[in-house]
Amino acid sequence: MDTLALLGGGFAVALQPHNLALALVGCVIGTAIGVLPGIGPLNAIALLLPFCLALKLPPESALILLTAVYYGSGYGGRITAILLNMPGEPSAVLTTLDGHPLAKQGRGGAALAISGIGSFVGATISVVLMTFLSVPLAKVAVAFSPADYVALIAFALSLLGAVGGGSAPKAWAAGCLGVLLALVGVDSGTGVERFTGGTLELLGGLEFTVLAIGLFAIGEILLLVESRLRAEAARISGGQRLTAGEVIRCIPTMFRSTAIGFVIGVLPGAGASVASALSYTAEKRLNEANGTFGQGDMRGVAAPETADNAAQIGNLVPMLSLGIPGSGTTAVLLGALLMYSITPGPLLFEQRPDVAWGLIASMYIGNCILLLLNLPLVGVFARLLTVPAWVLYPGVLALSFAGVYAVSNSAFDLLLAIGFGVMGWLFRKLDVPLVPIVLGFVLGRMLEDNLRRAMALSDGNVAELVASPVSVALWAMTGLALLWPSLRLRRR
Amino acid sequence: MQRRALLLSAAVLPFAAPAFVTAARAQGFTPQNAECIAPAAPGGGFDLTCRLTTRMLAETGIVPQPIRTQNMPGGIGAVAINHINAQRRADPNVIVAVSTGSWVLLSQGRFGRWSENDVRWIGAIGADYGVIAVRRDSRFQTLADLVNQLRADPASVPMGAGGAVGSQDWHKAALVARATGVDPRRMRYVPFEGGGQSMAALLGGHIQVFPGDASEVRGQLEAGEIRLLAVLAANRLPGAFAAVPTAREQGVEVEWPIVRGFYGPPQMPDAAYNYWVEALRRLHAHPAWPEQRAAQGLFEFNLVGAEYEALAKRRTAEFRQLARDVGLVTQSQ
Repeated sequence: MDTLALLGGGFAVALQPHNLALALVGCVIGTAIGVLPGIGPLNAIALLLPFCLALKLPPESALILLTAVYYGSGYGGRITAILLNMPGEPSAVLTTLDGHPLAKQGRGGAALAISGIGSFVGATISVVLMTFLSVPLAKVAVAFSPADYVALIAFALSLLGAVGGGSAPKAWAAGCLGVLLALVGVDSGTGVERFTGGTLELLGGLEFTVLAIGLFAIGEILLLVESRLRAEAARISGGQRLTAGEVIRCIPTMFRSTAIGFVIGVLPGAGASVASALSYTAEKRLNEANGTFGQGDMRGVAAPETADNAAQIGNLVPMLSLGIPGSGTTAVLLGALLMYSITPGPLLFEQRPDVAWGLIASMYIGNCILLLLNLPLVGVFARLLTVPAWVLYPGVLALSFAGVYAVSNSAFDLLLAIGFGVMGWLFRKLDVPLVPIVLGFVLGRMLEDNLRRAMALSDGNVAELVASPVSVALWAMTGLALLWPSLRLRRR
Repeated sequence: MQRRALLLSAAVLPFAAPAFVTAARAQGFTPQNAECIAPAAPGGGFDLTCRLTTRMLAETGIVPQPIRTQNMPGGIGAVAINHINAQRRADPNVIVAVSTGSWVLLSQGRFGRWSENDVRWIGAIGADYGVIAVRRDSRFQTLADLVNQLRADPASVPMGAGGAVGSQDWHKAALVARATGVDPRRMRYVPFEGGGQSMAALLGGHIQVFPGDASEVRGQLEAGEIRLLAVLAANRLPGAFAAVPTAREQGVEVEWPIVRGFYGPPQMPDAAYNYWVEALRRLHAHPAWPEQRAAQGLFEFNLVGAEYEALAKRRTAEFRQLARDVGLVTQSQ
């Protein structure tokens, strides 16, 4: 088949020793920046790009390196999420829900292993799908209208109640708070400043990393300080290693999450956070009868991590096949092409097959590298916990702060993070779940932007929101999700 | 004037520093630990302006010492201009990346109390140009078709681009509308997050017109997925754009260069100011520069020094007038 021949040509590029080495370097860097909460793949890629140019790397090699950083970060985010309850990147927020309880039961290593396997499965299946279906998929993706996005995000929001752990009203309140936090900054529709208090620093809105570091990292540390650094710290051992039975039980979860993650990822306006949130809640609902979601269910770790990596790869589909970046990070990757005088666009596969197919082939290799890197290192990562808590937590916090400051160069952001930290600590004491806040924050902004777009397009006609079959289906699912708890009660 | 006195004393100071014989070119000023502030996170246009230009200045030996790039995001440049004015008013060793978008923000008072008179405009490095893009199967064949439809019913043409109402992307559409006698407030304008999402919306048929930038639409243009009704430049652009007429050729008096360049602190000593202006002038003349400039998606645009300053002030004043005309919400000065 033609595609296979082209892919073979890609492997010829990707298997060249220097390209293999670059993929390895990229995977290591990507994992490292995924671990650190302060700095994300976007910043790392932007900082690496001038090096690529200075080293006179050919374009395919530069892209192999930079893209490895990108998907490698999807493997790193889970490590601190599971072991320390501090998500290293936005999409790992959901991983804390079951990953950290597992770590507390001494099964941190097993959780790390299953999430590594999930990441590999999600990414690899997605690369296969991308190899064969890239162009038609991307064409479908652009047909997704702002109104469809509204319905999709509303559906994701309707599942917030499921990620709260205990009390649904508290989860809802937390979600609403997140949506409110997303309103800070210059309003995208009219340019009016909202809730900035007249400060320049808030004009651009709140940064996700600042919110997450505050709520999770600082909040966790405050709680530990209060309990004199002993109480509920994760245990390094005492639990079983990951069993074959557990892996098998997770396989359907991984396939479903791959499907959800990839589809969401291909849409240029959604992202890995939406994907991991949807797949986690979907798995939780599907396995209500036999699951222990929220208290340490392997599937609760596998689902978001699989979907996260699948979505990351999916995000590359519109970028490579249409030249349309779906996220900030893919926009920077496209910028890298431009710097090599390669025009990103629909003709990329024809004009520079070495670059396009070399990159795709390198992703097969890179994901194997990441799996091989991550599984043997599970023990090493888990051993992080032998570091005394009074060293470990402040150490992670210092690194996070350094990351935030390096990117924003603003002490204001650090103060803001401390403020959110106090909030996170109080909320933990009040049993208010933190994950819905973060999800509300991410989804709220997307919901508002798309709702306004839909309204602007239809001149304020609300019927636009249910104009397409996709949106009708999504709204129906939203309704079902909202009514589900009461329906279930009646059935009992 | 107090400012003159400060300038004089600051201009003398560099002489005290040990001057490198080879480097001391322009009026005896040599940058020491020079810094380029990119008022955005790594990865954006400002970041590129700093990193690529400073690398080129170092490689060509125009500026003998490496220039460090410092990211300072916040308010799309508001934090940086505040920092320069509050803490480094006379620093000869700092330049800040700036673009047409910054002039738009200045004109609307979004940089706090700072105006275009609170910095020294050093020079441009190049410009991208606005384009009016439609899908290949669009009902609009020429700019005149679009203009006629806008005149008949402005709300019947959904347009979208990567910025809010009042942003530079919006200005492209608004200026076209206004030049043809249509009130920009009656346009149906949809803000997206960046050019990529706008292009997706155009290809998906959700919007009919995308007032984008030449560099970001090039791939789709070459693939024949979109057509360009006009480039908003004084003259036709080279290469893939050569066949696209300017708006002016079609009787619509609108130009939209997205000029990228640098400014310095308000009391940057003349010696240092002249040094940086001269550095950019030499950069523009360097044989390796056109390729590097193209790598940033920029066309030739080489106004520096006084000419650049005049442009910055004139454009900011024009934007201020437009904002007033269409009743944009602006922050009080």
